[in-house]
Amino acid sequence: MTISRQEVLHIARLARLGLAEAEVERLREQLSAILEHFAALAAVDTEGVPPTAQSIELQSIMAPDKVQPSLPQDDILANAPRRQEDCFRVKAVLE
Amino acid sequence: MKPRELVGLTAHQAARLLARREVSAVELTRAVLERIGAVDGKVRAFVTATPDLALEQARLADERLQAGERGPLLGVPAAIKDVICTKGVRTTCSSRMLEGFVPPYDAHVMNRLYQAGLVMVGKTNLDEFAMGSSTENSAFFPTHNPWDVTRVPGGSSGGSAAAVAADECLYALGSDTGGSIRQPAGFCSIVGLKPTYGRVSRYGLVAFASSLDQIGPMAKDVTDCALVLGAISGHDPRDSTSAPNPVPDYTRALVPDLRGLRLGVPREYYAEGMQPEVRQAMEMALTKLQELGATIDREVSLPSTPHALAVYYILAPSEASANLARYDGVKYGFSAPGETMWEAMEHTKQFGFGPEVKRRIMLGTYALSAGYYDAYYLKAQKVRTLIRREFDQVFERCDALVTPTSPTVPFRLGEKAESPLQMYLSDIYTIPVNIAGLPGLTVPAGFVEGLPVGLQLIGKPFSEETLLRVGYAYEQATAWHKRKPSL
Repeated sequence: MTISRQEVLHIARLARLGLAEAEVERLREQLSAILEHFAALAAVDTEGVPPTAQSIELQSIMAPDKVQPSLPQDDILANAPRRQEDCFRVKAVLE
Repeated sequence: MKPRELVGLTAHQAARLLARREVSAVELTRAVLERIGAVDGKVRAFVTATPDLALEQARLADERLQAGERGPLLGVPAAIKDVICTKGVRTTCSSRMLEGFVPPYDAHVMNRLYQAGLVMVGKTNLDEFAMGSSTENSAFFPTHNPWDVTRVPGGSSGGSAAAVAADECLYALGSDTGGSIRQPAGFCSIVGLKPTYGRVSRYGLVAFASSLDQIGPMAKDVTDCALVLGAISGHDPRDSTSAPNPVPDYTRALVPDLRGLRLGVPREYYAEGMQPEVRQAMEMALTKLQELGATIDREVSLPSTPHALAVYYILAPSEASANLARYDGVKYGFSAPGETMWEAMEHTKQFGFGPEVKRRIMLGTYALSAGYYDAYYLKAQKVRTLIRREFDQVFERCDALVTPTSPTVPFRLGEKAESPLQMYLSDIYTIPVNIAGLPGLTVPAGFVEGLPVGLQLIGKPFSEETLLRVGYAYEQATAWHKRKPSL
């Protein structure tokens, strides 16, 4: 299993992960080796076996529809890298 | 009692002295802070020490004790893995991304431990975002194994494990996604428990792989482990995967007698890759367990075991790639400049995350991407079902399984840093437990040329009492847990 430089760049873009040039090649090699090791999984017979998303039996846990106080706005905004009044400041989303 | 003796106590021993007012929580805390000052330069277990907060909490605990309140953890100094949110105390996940992040709320386990009288002495080092098996992936510095400072303490909860082993706290909390409590506990010769998935609320635990993560105790003996587990377990409506099962008094399970118990030795775990000295230690442990009354069943098989590593390294990075998408430089954490919003986001992740985190984001994004989803993610989820079913079948004939915690003794710092796959293989015995959502307990099981070996006990869901009983009986019949590293 070898993945190409193009695939590395495509995946990085999906993840919105910036990579330096040296990282692209290193990740290409490492991911290829790791995926190679995982190829054996394809041979496991899973005909008719349902997938498990998580290991507990609980399903559709409901919370009471009750108004509860949230954390104070200032506490939340205290960690914001950029703040303007009571908002997170971001670059323009639409150009 | 001298400060050096005080810090060597277990939590339950210290609680007895505190209850009799033979020592105050402030004195005990001062002794622990002194110990941190004396040895942490060598061990480097702590990302953030909180001495002022600890003394304030100790004074509060003394007031509660003075007022007649008693409790096994009241006034006992402990350390918290820096992936658990602590209100007002920075929580870094050992990542540049969260270097300055101060949580506005406490994790559920912190609420519970404060009720129980926690004195928090600091936040411990980990592999960045709990991704790793040696604590070398910390963005700040590696932690050293107190038994041999040229070796790793294991990971990802390496800081917590080293702090307990070095008497820099009386107990600690860790988190375990694929072995991150048990492997470092084994490497540092302490007791560590990964509870059943859902036993302990994940509210306030920074998410790595949500279907696998659990918080658990790391302690100097099984009794402390049972006490801390009791304190942090129970239903929490803020975690929708939190189990409603009642919490028993785990200390009642601590009886030094294993008659009537059937312990399985899964043959796939004793295959190639296990260091011969580790195998010898396991054989000695099995003999001991038999002497204590247990029946040893060597006809146990978990055939899908060889696939567990691949399943884990597809599922965990997939979940991680979704969970870590939140670090976009907008709401909290590190934020890098860029010409556009997208560029700023890409730079934030590029300079905020270290190599292992990037590798896992890439691996997970790949496994979830169009064209590969069925072959990787869905396939891994189906094999996950097979692994669970095999455990279910085995637990029809056995009460618990006995395996080593790791295939080898602690390796050297730097030894596996260049080979991600070699590092992943060090979790081979712990990973299946998370995949199936089972409880797993590690207890000290001897030494190979001065380096610790851990014994892992695996049980069916919510059988923590059985594991603690086996661990306790074994511990009382051996003396491994009483050995201390010389620092």
